[in-house]
Amino acid sequence: MQIKPILAALRHHKAGTLLIAAQIALTLAIVCNALFIIHARLVRLHQPSGIDEASLLVIGNQWAGKPGSDQMASLMAADLDTLRKVPGVANVYATNTFPLGNGGMALGVSHSPDKLKSVTTSGIYFADENALATLGLKLVEGRNFRPDEIGQLDRQGYVKPDVVIITRALAALMFPQRSAIGQPIYISAKPSIVIGIVDELRTPWVDTSFAKWADYSTLIPYRELTPIVQYIVRVQPGQLDEVMHRVRAALYAANRLRVISPKDGVRSFAQVREQAYRDDRGMAILMSGISVILLLITGAGIVGLTSFWVGQRRKQIGVRRALGATRHDILSYFLTENLLIAVGGVVLGGVLAIGLNLWLMKQFELDRLAPGYLLAGVVTLLLLGQGAVLAPALRASRVPPVEATRSI
Amino acid sequence: MFGYYLDLAVRSLRRSKVLTALMVLAVALGIGACMTTLTVLHVLSGDPLPGRSGSLYFPQLDPRDTVGYVPGIEPPEQLTWIDGMNLLRAKRATHQALMTGGMVPLQPAQTNLDPFHANGRYTTADFFPMFGVPFHYGSGWSSAEDDSKARVVVISTALNDKLFGGQNSVGKTLRLQEADFRVIGVLGDWRPDPHFYDLNMGAYADYEEVYLPLSTSRDLHMEHDGSVDCWGDGGGEQAKLEQSTCTWMQFWVQLDTPASVADYRSFLQHYAEDQHASGRFARPPTMRLRNVPQWLEYKQVVPSDTRLQAWLAMGFLLVCLINTVGLMLAKFMRRAGELGVRRALGASRRALFGQLLLESGVVGFVGGVLGLLLALLGLWLVRQQPSDYAKLAHMDSAMLLTTFAIAVLATMLAGLLPAWRACHIAPALQLKA
Repeated sequence: MQIKPILAALRHHKAGTLLIAAQIALTLAIVCNALFIIHARLVRLHQPSGIDEASLLVIGNQWAGKPGSDQMASLMAADLDTLRKVPGVANVYATNTFPLGNGGMALGVSHSPDKLKSVTTSGIYFADENALATLGLKLVEGRNFRPDEIGQLDRQGYVKPDVVIITRALAALMFPQRSAIGQPIYISAKPSIVIGIVDELRTPWVDTSFAKWADYSTLIPYRELTPIVQYIVRVQPGQLDEVMHRVRAALYAANRLRVISPKDGVRSFAQVREQAYRDDRGMAILMSGISVILLLITGAGIVGLTSFWVGQRRKQIGVRRALGATRHDILSYFLTENLLIAVGGVVLGGVLAIGLNLWLMKQFELDRLAPGYLLAGVVTLLLLGQGAVLAPALRASRVPPVEATRSI
Repeated sequence: MFGYYLDLAVRSLRRSKVLTALMVLAVALGIGACMTTLTVLHVLSGDPLPGRSGSLYFPQLDPRDTVGYVPGIEPPEQLTWIDGMNLLRAKRATHQALMTGGMVPLQPAQTNLDPFHANGRYTTADFFPMFGVPFHYGSGWSSAEDDSKARVVVISTALNDKLFGGQNSVGKTLRLQEADFRVIGVLGDWRPDPHFYDLNMGAYADYEEVYLPLSTSRDLHMEHDGSVDCWGDGGGEQAKLEQSTCTWMQFWVQLDTPASVADYRSFLQHYAEDQHASGRFARPPTMRLRNVPQWLEYKQVVPSDTRLQAWLAMGFLLVCLINTVGLMLAKFMRRAGELGVRRALGASRRALFGQLLLESGVVGFVGGVLGLLLALLGLWLVRQQPSDYAKLAHMDSAMLLTTFAIAVLATMLAGLLPAWRACHIAPALQLKA
């Protein structure tokens, strides 16, 4: 294909050419950064929490009235008993928080009682002997808590466990050379002996600012005696929906002096996950929507401007056809013309995309744009350009040679 | 003439419906997306106390031990009880208030209402005059009540409606945490957004329902909620917060003149130096004194996703406008023949230019109206979101006017180049063809 005459022709349409190229460049810059952000958000949406989410329910229970610590302990024990008897319930335990719960307690972990020299921060989960089985956590080393090790903690109390179970990641960080089992760690002034190591358990927070220590969780053998308690229920396979209704009714039947929010008092982990990442999902949807509309608008713009050019050059096309150019020649003329403009656009757009990414990295702490996204964006826009120009180009190729003799 | 040009513009736009629809739609989508995100941004970054926020300052000190110290590190975002009390008693500002928050168990006298937890603010007396809090009935308390740990309470309008049916409840009794409190004031309509004086409970969260003296709240061991940041041996136990090495108090001062700000700054610096010399502050003495806008900026109150969305939408609008420029160019150039005839018949370049600009203005106007509808739809969608700022997303009249101005101006700007090019066509060339 002869490029020179195309370039010469384009020189007569500087404004239009530059506009299309600029539009392609901006669209590329925005779309590939948007794709990059969308992908990052989608990865977060599916970040595994380490627990067997598919068969778990969480119940948020708040005691009405003002029960004292002793009352709360017996109320909680009674509730756990009640829940265990509900048909379809496999296991249950009471805790302060859970993965994706976005709230809870974090403590510094150190090798000595000196709180000032903590190695890392760790997310703290209150647990009992049923916690591992309920959550479906795999114990890779050591043993589970024994029932006689489970302590109770009221509002005034301190967390100072004798034994703890930690994640494999935390164990590797604290004791890189040897097994952590039997070693003391300090989350209080007292040593806590590591008795077990679980494979994976994320801390309760999903926000990226907590990502640094998201794998460092510690299970402590306590029941927390506060007016608000979370029951985690493991359900037998395939009975999630039925059990969701049964547990609320069973708890109210056992004791009416409580509040379980009708809206989100009983949630499956699918709902917990959806709520935890709602903002990320929203952002991904918004970005996708904007990207699609941007591509459509750019496509429409190319169709519009090329149609005008075709209309303007009907006479020249007729002359070329009369001089022996085939339909295919005309078609490929317009396709090549668009390709040239689009290539110019994507080269400029590539630079813009990287510049935009650098700016976003500075302003919004995003990562560096992976080249794959740029490449995907370039291919998309080149294809879009060719697709958009096809209809006007086909119309151009159908201009009859006799057009050369007409005067308009 | 204007009417004639308008008629010409509408005729010309109707002649190529698809192209016109495409231009209008692109403008509308761009404006709609832009105005939705800008309105959210505008609402979220609004001034919580217009006219006052510039003279309200938040002193910060760094009482922490040397662990984790690096030069230039920002001091904690709250004060310890000891520093708060010292600064409060120094009375170096026009007004100063030391405060924190918590949930207060409330037992209504009515039997048909269950006991519930009310969102409470424990503060010293200057809170009300300093923040210019309006009162429906009664008033706030004075420092005498602070000193005597008086059982007095100021309640919000919403709580007054709920408990007392909106009547003047001053002098009535309210049972909080098993103790009788006398209602001395009912607030008027007051909701500064963001909740600048304590951002720990969510910047756009619900407002407090009960306000009572800080001394009383400590006297009755009322629960403290919010951020507690401890170091050294600080345990964060509720009962011992006064003595512990924890920051958990917010302290605000009103400084009206630049001179008083400078004075307060040097006072704060001297205080930090004294505390350092006495050995209480282990770190080199540092202090910060930010006013409300600086504080909100420092705390990055506006969610970064919202800012990102606003930038994205502006980029989107830019592409839409470039698109419109291209289409407008195509449209105007196609009418070269018609324009040539008008030039030949005596129309000046200026007249043609005006006519073409008016045509793009019409596109902008229609696009703006459509964009406004899209923005209202977008804001409605935002309000369906669960985040606590969602319910604030309403368009005010300022944003409404801005929308139109931006739409029309942007499209006229987009029409400039095509119109200029079109009216520089040599008439003779067109007439020949």
